Parts: sequence; structure tokens; C-alpha cells
Amino acid sequence: MLGQDSAIDVYRQALPIILVSLVAGLFSGTLLGTEAMREGIESVPGILLLLPAFLATRGGVYGSLGARLSSGLHQGLIDPHFEWNDRLRNAIVASFCNGMIVSVFIAVLSWGVLLVLGREANLLELLIVLIVAALLSAFAMLGVLLTVIFKGYRRGLDPDNVIGPVVTTVGDVFGVVFLLIGISVAGVVL
Amino acid sequence: MSAGGNGARRDESAEEISEEWTVSGIVSTLVPLLIALSVLQMVSGTVLESFEEQLLVYPSLLVLVPVMIGTAGNLGSIMCARLSTQLHLGTLEFSPTNPDIRANVGAVIGLAATVFVLLGFAAWGIGRVLGGSLGLGTLLVITIVSGMLLAIWVVLVSTVAVYLSYRLGYDPDDTTIPVVTNVCDITGVLILFGVVTVVL
Repeated sequence: MLGQDSAIDVYRQALPIILVSLVAGLFSGTLLGTEAMREGIESVPGILLLLPAFLATRGGVYGSLGARLSSGLHQGLIDPHFEWNDRLRNAIVASFCNGMIVSVFIAVLSWGVLLVLGREANLLELLIVLIVAALLSAFAMLGVLLTVIFKGYRRGLDPDNVIGPVVTTVGDVFGVVFLLIGISVAGVVL
Repeated sequence: MSAGGNGARRDESAEEISEEWTVSGIVSTLVPLLIALSVLQMVSGTVLESFEEQLLVYPSLLVLVPVMIGTAGNLGSIMCARLSTQLHLGTLEFSPTNPDIRANVGAVIGLAATVFVLLGFAAWGIGRVLGGSLGLGTLLVITIVSGMLLAIWVVLVSTVAVYLSYRLGYDPDDTTIPVVTNVCDITGVLILFGVVTVVL
């Protein structure tokens, strides 16, 4: 029973998920360390500055959407099928807006911080990178999250137990890739 | 990360928040919280930015950043979720001699030791492939020292967060995980680069 586990029990239960997230983290770290990404980091001032905020935002946006959908399923407010009803649509549209609004804010904020630090900064470039990365993240995260939650729920999986790891794992892996795509798009457009 | 920003208003309006599901309601609750967290995250961003040259020369260090941050957050979430469950079950007593607290601390330290040793080897291997030049010994020192410091810090922050949340009357299930994951993001980067500065 929870609360009476020994350190070894807790260790055994938590180790698998910690290792999965270690592998996901290593994967995104490896992407960060690749030649292409290092060139991107060098070419767009501010990428490292906005990286932690960008990664954390997606955790917040889609983690809270997942928690909301999971509570909704438990309370019987939504059905465990993907149907385009008001409630589900509102939750999805709201999380999309949250992701986009906060990403635009992060672009402007990093630009401001770079100016304060006396570094070179290009607001338009940062905006393009973050808007592209946030849009792609929205599609990827919504797709994975909705699939895992609805399919999992129908198969008897409590979504509460899987949302956290799913959001961090998918977010870590895709976040860095989408920033890289954003950097190339900005390179092409500007 | 759950909708932790509702903490302060939860008692009066938990029902409406979970049942209304309006776009404006969700956006107006979460955007201010996310914006505040983004501003905080700029602290770790600034640290990363100031180490940019070293990071580009030693890709192993870039490999470490997301993992360090993520693992600290995971360990903090485990600690917080377990402490708050024990609080709800009435078995939690904030004392270093409490066997439950000892079990949690032991598990977190054990997990940290496992993960950060593996991480040292992995970062070295990946760094070699990416063309870095940091030695295995150096990387192991960096991951183990910063990882264990981080684990001790996570234990302290999580315990204090659960305790404060309980004393202030907020359900620690709602409030502590977002707070602790964010604190760990920032302090993880600070501790990692503190150790990097000393070692390199």
C-alpha cells in the first residue's frame, strides 16, 4: 500500500518510467548537440535563452489539457470517443490558444532580455521560430495526447497515470526537433 | 503539470472550472500562469546563453541539459506525489526519523544515483559520436556531483513545498508539482553549470 512502501519498493516502481524519460531526454539532448542544431544555435541569437521556457510551456499547456480531459472522462463530462462536441472543442481550442499566446510572449520576452544583455537580437526571426515550433507542437501533442487518452481509457488505463510521462516524453523529443524546423523556416523566409 | 494555477481559487470554484470548459475561461486561467513561469524560465535560459560557447564546443554538455532538467522534475514529482498522498492518508509526519520520509528520500537518492551514473556514460558516448572531446572521467564527475546535489535539493524543495502548501491550506496535489518542476528546471541548470565551471 502507498505510504508504507520501503525505499526499495518505490525505487523499483519508479525506475522504469525514470529510465524511459532518461532515454527521451538523451534523445532530445542528442538532437541539441547535433551539428545542425549547434549551427542553428549559433545563427539565431536567443535560442538557448528561450529553450527552457519553450519546453516548460508545452509541459504546462498539454499537461493541463491532459489532466482536464482525464478528469472529464472520470466525471462523465466527455465520452471516451473523439467526437467534435462543444466541451472537447473548447478544451482543444483553448490549449491551442494558450500554446500560441505564450510562445509569442516568449519570443518577445527573449528579444527584450537579449536587448537588455546588450546582445544582437532579431524579433521577427524569434517570432517565426517560435510560431512554427508552437504550431507543429500543437499538432503533434494534440494528436498523441488525444489518441493515448481515449484509446487508453477505453482499454481500462487510468489517463491520470500516463499523461505526465507522455507529455514530458513526447514534448522533449519533438520540442527540440520543432525548434530546429522553426530555425530553418526562419532561415528560408528571412 | 496539472492545472496548478487554480490553487488559490480552487475551493470556491473547482466545480465551475472543471465543468464549464469555456475557451476564455481556460485561456484566462492558464495564460497568466504560463507567462509567469516563462519569465522565471528565462533565468535558466540566461545561464545557458552565457555558457553558449562552451556548449557549442562540448556537445556532451548540451546532451545533459534536457535530461538533468527532466530527471530533477521527475524525482520532484515522485517525492511530492508520495508526500501529498501520505498527507491525505494521515500517515505523514514532518520529521527526519519518520520511516515514510526516510523511504522516500532513500528512493529518490537511489534513483538519482542510478540515473546520473548511466547519464555520465551516455553523455560521454553520445558526445564522442557528435565530435566532442570531454573525457569519461570528467563527465562522470560532472553528472554524479551535480546529479546528487540536485537530488538533495529536490528532496528539500519538495518537502518544503508540501509542508508550506499544507500549512497554507492548499491541496499539495494541485500546487506542488508545477512549482517543484519549475524550480527544478531553473536550479537544475544553475547546479549543472555551477559544477561545470568548477570542473572544467
